Amino acid sequence: MLDVRLEGRVGPLSLSAAFDTSRGPVVVTGPNGSGKTTLLLMILGVRKPARGRVSIDGVPLFDSEVGVDWAVEARRIGYLPQTFGLFPHLSARENVEFALACRAPRTPARSRRERARELFADLGIGPLAELRPSALSAGERQRVALARAIAAEPRALLLDEPFAALDIGARRHVRVFLREYLERLRLPTVIVSHDAKDAQAMGGTIAVLEAGRVVQAGAWSELLESPASEFVRELTT
Amino acid sequence: MTSAPARGGGRRPLFGVLGGLGGLLLLFLLLPVVGLVSTSSLGDVRAGLAHPLVAPALRLSLFTTTLSVALVVVLGTPLAWLVARSEGRLARFVESAIKLPVVLPPAVAGLGLLLAFGREGFLGRLLAAQGIGVPFTSAAVVLAQLFVSAPFFVEAAISAFRRLDPNLLVIARTLGAGPLTVLFRIALPLAAPGLASGAALSWARALGEFGATLMFAGSLAGRTQTLPLAIYAALETDLRAARALSLVLVVIAFVLLVAVRSARSSASEQREPA
Repeated sequence: MLDVRLEGRVGPLSLSAAFDTSRGPVVVTGPNGSGKTTLLLMILGVRKPARGRVSIDGVPLFDSEVGVDWAVEARRIGYLPQTFGLFPHLSARENVEFALACRAPRTPARSRRERARELFADLGIGPLAELRPSALSAGERQRVALARAIAAEPRALLLDEPFAALDIGARRHVRVFLREYLERLRLPTVIVSHDAKDAQAMGGTIAVLEAGRVVQAGAWSELLESPASEFVRELTT
Repeated sequence: MTSAPARGGGRRPLFGVLGGLGGLLLLFLLLPVVGLVSTSSLGDVRAGLAHPLVAPALRLSLFTTTLSVALVVVLGTPLAWLVARSEGRLARFVESAIKLPVVLPPAVAGLGLLLAFGREGFLGRLLAAQGIGVPFTSAAVVLAQLFVSAPFFVEAAISAFRRLDPNLLVIARTLGAGPLTVLFRIALPLAAPGLASGAALSWARALGEFGATLMFAGSLAGRTQTLPLAIYAALETDLRAARALSLVLVVIAFVLLVAVRSARSSASEQREPA
């Protein structure tokens, strides 16, 4: 379980967020500029919050009170940005093997290749292994990026707007695929999405961020029944 | 209503004036090359290249510029990376300080180097104690070139590193890559076209270096007399040699220009898919 309790300042916003993944994936939603991506960067360790705690299965990665602050590479949190962030100079397979080599530098190249092949087969992208990212569609890039994140054996997964780069036809399909795949992974997952439909489809918990503050966190039905703000009411109707 | 056609009509004479002014400058910029090419025949060039000053100068220039550009790349890449990755006041100071050699007159730079490395200079005294004298040696040639050419590479490298998608560097770290792996496996390959174009510019500047070299290293044939200095020396004895050497430099300059252009265009191609 990923447990996040953070406070900090981001430009004019004072950020304050608390949620955990005990009830499945958390979808963080909110208007543009409400601090969604910054929140992810704080969980990753790229930006430093002023106060708070981030822990996975009880192990603190960040704790301002006792001065714990793990480096990004030590936190082992998988991250997929909106554009998926594949390394453009490496093929799909090399992207995944990069992650495998980072996590276990001593494993022989042959077993890395074997593991990469397994991951590609599992995600249904075997035939794309030798292609460069520029030759892939958005949906294909997303799967390669997922394979790469999983290759690093993450303890949690953060997805920033996983549907924004996809066209409408692909979206519904990817929503189903992603929900099933994430269920199978059983990893603590945080998804950022500005889209209420995505939140409803993906989230065990929906955390609504407004101007840096989580104004409400709960199941879709709870948000629907007792919305904590005007924005939440609009979101659910 | 009436202003639109008036503006359209007014544009043509204005365009003519601006085009005329710009064209004048363009013609002037091409003038030296035209002057060189139009006054030399193939026989002249062949005879000029046979002049005894030519071969040693060519060899020395090739050797010293290769060394100085290698030093610029090896020392300048880490500096550019650090500056590009930080937003502090120190980084901004370094970024302005690195431009100093561009605005400093080469003769002043040469004198400064001479005073620092000379017998009375603080570095010179230190080295003299070890039996090393730098001024008026090939090492001084390399140092003068290093000084004047470094900014071209470092500036290009800083902007190449800044153009990298910050997400890619973050992701490499989330996958477990340490800072060195991020630099060598992700940042350097992606910034390579920008670095190559900076190295080419820096090489061109090193190859053309004249003033600082003359002050700090002198013009000793075979030891410190690089191509530009040999051109100046040849001017007194044999115009054909000076012209032939100049043509060699013109050809090299054009090759470098093309190299810079192609490196830039491949850099923009690589950024497109992201």
